[in-house]
Amino acid sequence: MKRTLLATSAILALAMSPAMAQNKTVKIGFVSTFSGPTAVIGNDMRNSFELALDHIGRKMGGLPVEVIYEDDGQKPDVGKQKTEKLIQSDKVDFVVGYIWSNVLLASLKPVIDSQTFLISANAGPHQIAGELCSPYFFSTSWQNDQTPQAVGEYMNQKGVKTVYLLGPNYAAGKDMLEGVQATYKGKVVGHDLTKWPDQLDFSAELSKVRAAKPDALFVFYPGAAGVQFLNQYVQSGLKGQVPLYTAFTIDSLSLPRQGDNALGIPGAQHWVNDLPNEANKKFVADFKAKHKAYPSFYGAQSYDAVGLINSAVVAVKGDLSKKDAMRDEMRKANYQSVRGPYKYGNNHFPIQNFYLQDVVKDADGTLTLKTVATIVKDSQDQHAKKCPMKW
Amino acid sequence: MLLFVEQFLNGLQFGLLLFLLAAGLTLVFGIMDLVNLAHGSLYMLGAYFAATFTTLTGHFIGGVVLALMATLVVGMAVEVIAMRRLYGRDHLDHVLGTFGLILFFNELVRLVWGPAGMNLTLPAWLNTSVELLPGVHYSMYRLSIIIVALAVAAVLYLVVMRTRIGMLVRAGASNREMIGALGINIKLLFTFVFGAGAALAGLAGLMQAAILTAQIGMGENILILAFVVIIIGGIGSIRGAFIASIFVGLVDTVGRAFLPDILKLFLSSSAAATAAPAISSMLIYLVMAVVLIVRPEGLFPAASK
Amino acid sequence: MTQALTLRNLVAFGTLAVLALVPLYSHATGNFFMMTLFTRIVILAMAAVSLNLIMGFGGMVSFGHAAYLGIGGYVVGILAHEGVGSGFVQWPLALVVSALFALVIGALSLRTRGVYFIMITLAFAQMIYYVGVSLDRYGADDGLTIYKRSDFAGLLNLSNRTVFYYVCVALLFATIYLVWRLVNSRFGMVIQGARSNERRMRAIGVPTYRYRLTCFVIAGTICGLAGVLLANQADFVSPAMMHWTRSGDLIVMAVLGGMGSVIGPVIGAVALLVLEEALSGITEYWQIILGPMLLGIVLYARGGIEGLLQGGRHD
Repeated sequence: MKRTLLATSAILALAMSPAMAQNKTVKIGFVSTFSGPTAVIGNDMRNSFELALDHIGRKMGGLPVEVIYEDDGQKPDVGKQKTEKLIQSDKVDFVVGYIWSNVLLASLKPVIDSQTFLISANAGPHQIAGELCSPYFFSTSWQNDQTPQAVGEYMNQKGVKTVYLLGPNYAAGKDMLEGVQATYKGKVVGHDLTKWPDQLDFSAELSKVRAAKPDALFVFYPGAAGVQFLNQYVQSGLKGQVPLYTAFTIDSLSLPRQGDNALGIPGAQHWVNDLPNEANKKFVADFKAKHKAYPSFYGAQSYDAVGLINSAVVAVKGDLSKKDAMRDEMRKANYQSVRGPYKYGNNHFPIQNFYLQDVVKDADGTLTLKTVATIVKDSQDQHAKKCPMKW
Repeated sequence: MLLFVEQFLNGLQFGLLLFLLAAGLTLVFGIMDLVNLAHGSLYMLGAYFAATFTTLTGHFIGGVVLALMATLVVGMAVEVIAMRRLYGRDHLDHVLGTFGLILFFNELVRLVWGPAGMNLTLPAWLNTSVELLPGVHYSMYRLSIIIVALAVAAVLYLVVMRTRIGMLVRAGASNREMIGALGINIKLLFTFVFGAGAALAGLAGLMQAAILTAQIGMGENILILAFVVIIIGGIGSIRGAFIASIFVGLVDTVGRAFLPDILKLFLSSSAAATAAPAISSMLIYLVMAVVLIVRPEGLFPAASK
Repeated sequence: MTQALTLRNLVAFGTLAVLALVPLYSHATGNFFMMTLFTRIVILAMAAVSLNLIMGFGGMVSFGHAAYLGIGGYVVGILAHEGVGSGFVQWPLALVVSALFALVIGALSLRTRGVYFIMITLAFAQMIYYVGVSLDRYGADDGLTIYKRSDFAGLLNLSNRTVFYYVCVALLFATIYLVWRLVNSRFGMVIQGARSNERRMRAIGVPTYRYRLTCFVIAGTICGLAGVLLANQADFVSPAMMHWTRSGDLIVMAVLGGMGSVIGPVIGAVALLVLEEALSGITEYWQIILGPMLLGIVLYARGGIEGLLQGGRHD
């Protein structure tokens, strides 16, 4: 009986949440992961997004901003459902977020069909850069291939003759390993994809690396997997034997747990927290003051999303029905990005620089990331030509 | 050849870890006829306790011992509060009830320790590598896992085969009603067995945590493997669990390591690269399916039903 | 079976009525999210009813039933990807493929009992899941977006939300009717008899294995159809649909609603999914409530919601 009452009242409660009429606010829906082991990424994105809103006084073009955060639980179908709820029930003006490529790909169609703008603050699957490109999609991050391409370039610069590639067996993992091979000129002596997200014990693969004796090892292991991989890499004694090159394996979130294991291991990134432009200095300083930690690249991308949207809303003076005008403004990337100025390619993915980041200890002895060099300037992803959009 | 030795050791280490997990599971299943999905949660708690206590006390071994005791206590508490009510019921009831416990423990850990997971830092003397044979380097820590797990297996064998308690445990595994009829305090025995199983799971969890770090939900994935092990080995049989877990550990590790190369002999390179992870994941389940079809009671069943 | 005006019957048929009326509500209030949510509920209810056929009535607890959702869904997805958009081809093929898989899996699994049966069905589901993860051409772990729903050449426009909803509801009602007829027939008697005492059934000369296998195949086929609908509803298929935790969800729905009747799982599906939606709005930690709730149901409300409504009487 009680259970029936509970269920019925739950149905009634849902039924009574009114269909939102078009208010005088800018409504933004934010989809990310807020539960499970990767919630730490979602929280970093949320903190950065909120900080950015605070920095612009929580108003865009005079209109107050309202944000609704939804949790995708790292599942594509849940992310899609939450996205549909944001569009159909909450009637948001913009959808932002998406850590994972598969969640983004699942959620794309309903957003595009409803002609709502989707700003990806992380995921960059090659399909959306190519055949599936859309006038309603913008990225403030990167396309999956770009970063490993930069690492490939760097390995060429360092004269690495043979490399072993290791990554997780899902779309982004495969993209990363492909991306390295697009620019790397030496010989690939090993290519392994590990079960994702289940396999966290890399002993078998590390043994194979040791046997192959390559000049270098390239890995992509995001989030907690990066912590686990690095631990085992050091424990197996490989750290002194085979140098490691990474993409998205060492970031501000995983670094505290990787500790000294990460010292001296290079990675490529489009943004490092010590980039010298004004917007970045303010972002990192305020973030550190408020949250007692450095923001990650996930956060930086979310921070930029606010800048991008704001530029569009200001340009149309708050009249959000002028979608074409908003798009034209966003295409100019006319805002102070924390990575410095950049342009958009025809597929609405950034054409940007990639830097070499290294792990060092800062003035207080805390481990932090440092920009060491620019690997490549104005790099564009290789899928732009497959996108039919021209402007 | 040297690579094979290293992979063999890796497989052995993984198998022994599985054994620690499977031993508790098979005992509980064999004696109390209880399907405990929440065994993975005890594994996870062992890891989190170890991470916390080693940081608090600054002492590795001390922290580990405290963690084991804490897991033992939690295990016994869970038995008294929740498991007791499930005895004698349908297996489906066990599956559902303990599934609910998994959800509960995952969220509880998230509330107490936060969503990000925890590190278990090893002391310097464990964090090195050892040259076992010329050219074969092996992580000191993994070697110690093998040694500890073998020691625990030996102790378990001695206890089960040579002590009175062990006799009761074996008797209970083959015929539950009989030991009740003999006037033994069943309730206490059950609590003890469950607690011991929990401590073993906690040990497995904390040993794994140094390699993999403590994560929410870390128990679920390995739990399925533990069930596969006890099905193959035979429910209620520790000997079966030992042999099956070594076997599963070797198949999984060696399969993962050499399958891509074997497949490349038959398929194109890219097809092999994508098929290999899939097939190596399936390998264990295939083995279990075959065992179930050919010998449904498992290889070394304990129960004489 | 006398249709008494009991509370339980009111709730059961009331639920069905509510499901039928959701589109009217949506059109009246402009809240189309309700329809999206309930389409998913209807489809999963159908899957739960098919599971309960083998689980509640047949005593075969399959921890791999979600695999058929994936199989049905992937047939549609793969065909759509390869340019075959016609529903007249996709749907029958999906049913045939689901039936074949169920035949093979059932034939092997039904040689075991109890927890072994649970584990082996789990094993097969995991294998199919890993195959799905390795299907590079069809998106692998990313999943596969379906750009156009199944085409029925003007007969039915599935892209129209309301039409699609009613197709799902119609199929759910048809499933309920089919399962009800099965359970109340001689076939159903054998299945239920085999659940309580197989030895006795065999002793009187009934070939239980054959009956159970048939039942298993029927359940798998219906679930495959649910998978077809799910793929169309989500415009997307991914291996996540087949993960063992999804099978767990289906089991929870059946138990929550009440395994003893045909409509029980429908109540369970509505209750669970509405509860999930409502609870996750209240707190991020909602699973800490759901977990013990499940344990509580197992211990004290064995007959599920239905059991509570009937005053705690269960078999």
